[in-house]
Amino acid sequence: VFKRFVEIGRVAFISFGPHAGKLVAIVDVIDQNRALVDGPCSGVRRQAMPFKCMQLTDFVLKFPHSARQKCVRLAWEKENINEKWAATRWAKKIEAREKKAKMTDFDRYKVMKAKKMRNRIIKHEMKKLQRMSAKKGKKSEKPEKSEKPEKAPKSAKVQKAQKAQK
Amino acid sequence: AAGEKKPAEKAAGEKKPGKKKTGEKKPAEQKATQREVGEKKKKVKKHHASRNPVLARGIGRYSRSAMYARKALYKRKYTAPETKIEKKKKEKPRATITKPVGGDKNGGSRVVKIRKMPRYYPTEDVPRKLLSHGKKPFCQHKRRLRASITPGTVLILLTGRHRGKRVVFLKQLATGLLLVTGPLVINRVPLRRAHQKFVIATSTKVDISGVKIPKHLTDAYFKKKRLRKPKHQEGEIFDTEKEKYEITEQRKTDQKAVDSQILARIKKVPQLRGYLRSTFCLSNGVYPHKLVF
Repeated sequence: VFKRFVEIGRVAFISFGPHAGKLVAIVDVIDQNRALVDGPCSGVRRQAMPFKCMQLTDFVLKFPHSARQKCVRLAWEKENINEKWAATRWAKKIEAREKKAKMTDFDRYKVMKAKKMRNRIIKHEMKKLQRMSAKKGKKSEKPEKSEKPEKAPKSAKVQKAQKAQK
Repeated sequence: AAGEKKPAEKAAGEKKPGKKKTGEKKPAEQKATQREVGEKKKKVKKHHASRNPVLARGIGRYSRSAMYARKALYKRKYTAPETKIEKKKKEKPRATITKPVGGDKNGGSRVVKIRKMPRYYPTEDVPRKLLSHGKKPFCQHKRRLRASITPGTVLILLTGRHRGKRVVFLKQLATGLLLVTGPLVINRVPLRRAHQKFVIATSTKVDISGVKIPKHLTDAYFKKKRLRKPKHQEGEIFDTEKEKYEITEQRKTDQKAVDSQILARIKKVPQLRGYLRSTFCLSNGVYPHKLVF
């Protein structure tokens, strides 16, 4: 049922508080509510932190309990947690949310145009396929063909959105 | 001249007590004094902050005599440069004048003061301020402009017949209103005035650095004209008033002159033309206080 556990070396994401948005590693457990936590590569000093503000990630580091900051840092850099984190969907979603909030009026216009163009392309392809299948009357070919053109217009839209955000 | 120089040098020496202009000069000192002369030309004194810390308003920490010592006034006794000893009498303005007086056995002339004492002293030395004190007429008001509005900014008009349209800001006029243009071919907004308060400034800016806006575009140019000559009686007054606004030829030429310059710059930015053509609107889930413009 549970897959992520609070253990020594578990990397956690801080959801609120003064260090909101940063990653830390659990170094030791103090009591039922608090842990000794350290984030040498994310700018969090070694401190006690309540479990409530931590959200567990999938990453676990290997170091003994109450290891000093240098060991935590070595383990962190060996596992390359920063890069692995940036590659997760979780981090990408956070980044996308931030970008969306920072969009200016002009950016919103550009995104709207990109979305519109993308939807047009998709609709165009769908209509083509529908017409073809309606003409031929073959039901088995319909679901196969509709998968392919989805990917192409999606990448174009992602590029446009990135351009808009810059 | 020699006498004049000495106290000046003394003063300079006091201001920078570390450096003395003696006869022998080492090369380092020479350079320093040269620099000092150069500095003296630029700024005469570097004023010290108040040496008397404030205990409460109007009350300083140190007494007069303590301050005398702290400011080293015993060192700073300036005497007036001695002029040439031959005294040149200063031309004092005439205080009295003798005027001829007519009449028999009157003595022929009187000595009259030119500047007389006041004939009336008011009960209050500083007169009361007028009720209109500090109240300036509109033409003298201070005009402010939000920092987010600079020439070339894209603004969103919120009121008026062009509400929701995105428009390019040109300059602020003398009354404080903003001179704004569509450009006309893009969104049918002519050269027009807009009020700062009823406008959202976006962070999108068009580079308007070289654009020359004609000097005759002032508030008087844009002011609404109203006929005010009711020669006729009641029946015909409403016909003479200008109901339909007509675009004068001058407006058209001015519009073209300004727009041609701006359009060239708009074309350089991709998608900006379409952006200016579109209108701003809110929809579900869009909250203005959360939007970044």
